[in-house]
Amino acid sequence: MPLKGTIVVNENLCKACELCVVACPQHVISLNKEIITPRGYHPAHLAEEGCTGCGTCALVCPEAAITVYREKRLIQGQEA
Amino acid sequence: MVAMDLSEMEVVYQHPHALVDMYTHFCPGCTHGVAHRLVAEVLDEMALSERTIGVASVGCSVFSYNYLNIDFVQAPHGRAPAMATGVKRVLPDHIVMTYQGDGDMISIGAGEIVAAAGRGENITVIFINNANYGMTGGQMAPTTLPGMKTSSSPNGRDVEQAGYPILACELLSTQQGASYIARRSLHDPKNIRMAKKAIRLAFETQVRGLGFSMVELLSTCPTNWHMTPVKAVKWLEEKMIPYYPLGDYKVHPTISELKV
Repeated sequence: MPLKGTIVVNENLCKACELCVVACPQHVISLNKEIITPRGYHPAHLAEEGCTGCGTCALVCPEAAITVYREKRLIQGQEA
Repeated sequence: MVAMDLSEMEVVYQHPHALVDMYTHFCPGCTHGVAHRLVAEVLDEMALSERTIGVASVGCSVFSYNYLNIDFVQAPHGRAPAMATGVKRVLPDHIVMTYQGDGDMISIGAGEIVAAAGRGENITVIFINNANYGMTGGQMAPTTLPGMKTSSSPNGRDVEQAGYPILACELLSTQQGASYIARRSLHDPKNIRMAKKAIRLAFETQVRGLGFSMVELLSTCPTNWHMTPVKAVKWLEEKMIPYYPLGDYKVHPTISELKV
């Protein structure tokens, strides 16, 4: 089972260019149509479960608006 | 939004320290932002941001002096390599980079860049090629593709009248003083990773004092190409890369052995 991850989008920086939406290998990012930022954009957000924390969205983001987190990989034989 | 306890998780990616946490003037989807981010990540990795001096050019690229958290000077249009030469010769222990667009570097500043490469100045040039003059409204640049419509070539670039695009990497790789010349693209995750590696090698060239280094980055300009950002990256892949082949054009033997 892949490790679980999540992303946090800085809504002040996001310009809704949708490059991360297209690049996401799991297709779990979409624009959040419920929010309009002060500059008039619908920021990207994690819409569904299934993020693996691969960081591809952060790699294509022109604004460096995405912070990517992933659960810690447990070493075999070690307790959580 | 999927709620998770972030304190228990490891950070895979966060905003680089060498990049100022502020809203940029770039249009949505402009890959100038990606180029800025890659430069900032490389400066962070090599711990160079305290002793790097940037030289900003004219065009959309000028505001790199606000967005990168390093010391900056701004040069007149096209003269960034000349100014960088002066800075590097006065402060040889510092790392000097210029960040230039295509209208700045290969149009008005073509003389400066060729002379700097010929002299083998120990500077790093980050060259953004988006095939037009972005800041002034998308006019035809020396890098505009044949047949490409811009605001000053509404019927497409006519090669009989306006000539062919200038290939900067091929031109500069013939210079004896150049040590690292590479062309990369910023259109998909794989190529962005390769671009970051090339920027890293360019800075490694300068740190080792091997001479002139330049990385050309093919970029998008969604607003002036009249496309959505997603269509613009596809257009770059389909139309620009065949004309501007990606690859290493000149690599110093010391750098080709380096593993980063």
